[in-house]
Amino acid sequence: MEKKTPLYDAHVLGGGKIVPFAGYLLPVQYQSGVITEHMAVRTKAGLFDVSHMGEITFEGKDALANLQRMMTNDFTDMEKGQARYSMMCMETGGIVDDLIVYKKEEDSYLVVVNASNKDKDFQWMYEHHFGEVEIKDITDEIAQLALQGPNSLEIIQKITKEKDIPKKYYHCIFDAEVGGMKCILSRTGYTGEDGFELYLKASDARTMWDLLLSVGKEYGLIPCGLGARDTLRLEAAMPLYGHELDETITPLEADLGFAVKQNKSDYIGKKKIEEVSLIRKRVGLKVVGNGIIREHAKLFSKDEAEIGYTTSGTYCPYLEYPIAMAMVELGYSIQGTRMIAEVRGRKIEAEVVSLPFYKRIRKGGTK
Amino acid sequence: MQFPENLKYTKTHEWVKEITGGTIEVGLSDYAQKEMGDLVFVNLPQEGDGVTAGETFADVESVKAVSEVYCPVSGIVCAVNEELMDTPESINSAPYEAWFVRIEQISGTEDLMSAEEYEAFIESENQK
Repeated sequence: MEKKTPLYDAHVLGGGKIVPFAGYLLPVQYQSGVITEHMAVRTKAGLFDVSHMGEITFEGKDALANLQRMMTNDFTDMEKGQARYSMMCMETGGIVDDLIVYKKEEDSYLVVVNASNKDKDFQWMYEHHFGEVEIKDITDEIAQLALQGPNSLEIIQKITKEKDIPKKYYHCIFDAEVGGMKCILSRTGYTGEDGFELYLKASDARTMWDLLLSVGKEYGLIPCGLGARDTLRLEAAMPLYGHELDETITPLEADLGFAVKQNKSDYIGKKKIEEVSLIRKRVGLKVVGNGIIREHAKLFSKDEAEIGYTTSGTYCPYLEYPIAMAMVELGYSIQGTRMIAEVRGRKIEAEVVSLPFYKRIRKGGTK
Repeated sequence: MQFPENLKYTKTHEWVKEITGGTIEVGLSDYAQKEMGDLVFVNLPQEGDGVTAGETFADVESVKAVSEVYCPVSGIVCAVNEELMDTPESINSAPYEAWFVRIEQISGTEDLMSAEEYEAFIESENQK
């Protein structure tokens, strides 16, 4: 039986089309539809319920040492209120999950993980922890809203004091007050657009949701569902666990080397991740033929050798052409390489392009 | 939602329109387009193709998923609405004008419903 987020009633009332996702009942889209919602985030603003995401806290004098050991990134130089993307890997180098680590205090961190992996992650962390650290799953107490799009800052300014708004991307204010409610206000997101993620008490979620939608109305803010969340992250080439990432793929194969700090003395998976030479790599594909290439399509070279498979694919509402991400043999990962995807018995041609497919033009002051 | 009285409908949500002497037009119902969401791609058969009642003859893709379109009759495709390939969104905006193919030499037919029967069918499906 799927769980409901604190905003379930608001989704039903707002005309959301509800589907089960990662153990939760969430809207895949509202009446406006995926394309309208996608474009709202690229040009104005969109509001997402992402309360299904998992929140796990690390507290105690060995909290940092535990994160250093379990994760591929390095957190030793983080300031309070900073966020950092990382992988958590197995000894084999395969990815347990990709996640975000927030530093709250010297001995206190918040880790945000994928809903579908939350229980597995918690179990993994519990099995690998050492020393003085308390690891707690606080997912059920926390709701998360994502306000995304170029007008997000103006909307949040309407209901927040200036000092509570993080100035830089991947920074947050832990004790912010938004619309009279306490929350963590984080300048992060999963859309490739400027925006905020708000972590707040589950009991405040509905009030915050309604407030943001009413204040945001004049800025073009609309509620958005999982469909647009997926097309937006794909256009921005952000990986999704279960697609681009899983326990058989290493961070370097997934082309996420920026989140692996090889100069770190040790972490789980280091040996396999850093020493095994790459034979395949995640790439971006632009469809040059006719049709949409979705996940699990086999890819063939011009001489009909099987060279890989797609991990995600869709039609991009903003770019107005279909794209896909794929895992291909290293020799076929170079920009401009053409290949053939097999889709329901038809052949569709695609070409390797640089990632991300879409990159926003940053306004001054966000990074 | 609209279900014009002059059309017949299938359980797989296609509409059928009799044009003249043994030729029909096929498209997707208003209900189908709403369920599928914004359509961005259409794959159609070619003129001269033989089609079979109850089997797929085309597919449509929304941003999120591909859906198959089933043929209400057996026969030969005598015209293809190629404009649809450039404007798949017209299926969303005007589903009863967005015909996919015209079929002639009809040799067999699926069970077809009147508008009234189809509306009742959708209601019963939604209550399941």
